[in-house]
Amino acid sequence: MAADARRPDPLKSGIEFSGAEVRALQQDDFSSPAMLWVTRGEKLWSEPAGKSEKSCASCHQDARASMKGVSAKYPKVDPGTAKLTNIEGRINQCRTQHQQAAPLRYDSDELLGLTAYVGLQSRGMPVNVAIDTQNRSNFERGRDMFYTRMGQMNLACTHCHDRNFGRKLLNDTISQGHGNPYPVYRLEWQTMGSLHRRLRACFFGVRAELPPAGSPDLLDLELFLAWRSQGLTVETPGVRK
Amino acid sequence: MKRWIGGLIVAAVVAACAAPGGGLPYQMSGGEIRQPLASGVPDAERGRKILVSREANCILCHAVPETGERFFGNLAPPLSGVGKRSTAAQMRARLVDPLAFNAESIMPAYYRVEGLHRVAEPLRGKPVLSAEQIEDVIAYLLTLQ
Ligand code: HEC
Ligand code: HEC
Ligand code: HEC
Repeated sequence: MAADARRPDPLKSGIEFSGAEVRALQQDDFSSPAMLWVTRGEKLWSEPAGKSEKSCASCHQDARASMKGVSAKYPKVDPGTAKLTNIEGRINQCRTQHQQAAPLRYDSDELLGLTAYVGLQSRGMPVNVAIDTQNRSNFERGRDMFYTRMGQMNLACTHCHDRNFGRKLLNDTISQGHGNPYPVYRLEWQTMGSLHRRLRACFFGVRAELPPAGSPDLLDLELFLAWRSQGLTVETPGVRK
Repeated sequence: MKRWIGGLIVAAVVAACAAPGGGLPYQMSGGEIRQPLASGVPDAERGRKILVSREANCILCHAVPETGERFFGNLAPPLSGVGKRSTAAQMRARLVDPLAFNAESIMPAYYRVEGLHRVAEPLRGKPVLSAEQIEDVIAYLLTLQ
């Protein structure tokens, strides 16, 4: 079942499978609804929080310099906890450890805003995760999940996102299933959403158990997806149908 | 079809299965299940409704313009004319377990419940469609001439 990991060929970003309206929104920061979250994140960046009364900026100064290229390398094994962590997790680690503030809820406007703002600083840079001894077991678990049939519909990610991209599932055009534009503003949600929210929608679609946002299952998948999308650039913040 | 191998009886080709959800047991052989899964009288109009329902959602993948729906997927061949191409016995086998025809198939098994992973809790052990619903769907497919 653990098929050899492979990348779709030719590699295509999800935006290439989107309609003209969605593409126009993503490409124009002035009309992209996702930019509202970025603006919110930018504001939060310099607001003191928690007992420390420090803001992100107190330690990281100007995000445009300090966060440049950071999200392109995530998810990453955190040296402190030795656990695979994504940008959302890393931000919450700074919240709790460094700001002595409560963690932000997954998919809250605050966490989406900060994640989008940090992600924007890597926009246009190549997705770049290295698979090494520290994250290999995470990578392998994510890979196996990608190729294993699941749910009452008995489908694996690969069945839709490798073998059928470009085709229609009812009236949705299936893309290659990359995480490079996340978080995205999704018109159907009428709000911004994380990659994990999107992945849960795919689990729901095949009628499988839904792993919680931020869970090890989804982090492992996120790492595999990042490896699989190497060759694409970060497009945060994206817009989707 | 039974063969002797070193004193063991090996049942080959014929797979006999206890049915999920209280339907009749079925036997798949040569890409066919000849006996209906349920004893009632099937209804093609009910079958049409099931085909486009959220539960079965055949139109996620198959175009079936005869249903009167507007949107169809194109991951699978259109079902127009399927009543001419195949028999009820073949359709029944296909709906029960498409993997018996094509191990790489993306079509869900609508009646088989074993061998699935990570199924959402409320659906575990339950087939997508009941025996009666499968028979209704077949009755509808047979009208697609
Ligand atoms: C008290 C100082 C402090 C504050 C406040 C703080 N951080 Fe951090 N942050 C750190 C340290 C220390 C690291 C670890 C640096 C490293 O690993 O190179 C870090 C790492 C990060 C990273 C990962 C950088 C990388 O290259 O992997 C991100 C993203 C981040 N912080 C975001 C934030 C955000 C967003 C906030 C505000 C909500 C914040 N931080 C608040 C100290 C802080
Ligand atoms: C039945 C088909 C199907 C299966 C199976 C499936 N997905 Fe999806 N997925 C979709 C559809 C439809 C969309 C929305 C359109 C698109 O972007 O592809 C989507 C979207 C996505 C996206 C967002 C892409 C973007 O550019 O916004 C990712 C990432 C993704 N899927 C990953 C997965 C993973 C990982 C799995 C396995 C756990 C999976 N999918 C299983 C159909 C499927
Ligand atoms: C996720 C996609 C998918 C769904 C949903 C689906 N199918 Fe299929 N179906 C396929 C594919 C793909 C094939 C082609 C054969 C193969 O690859 O297994 C197929 C083949 C068939 C065939 C044989 C085709 C022919 O022309 O003889 C029939 C009959 C059929 N499906 C009926 C149905 C019915 C009825 C439903 C709903 C109860 C359904 N399918 C739901 C994907 C699907």
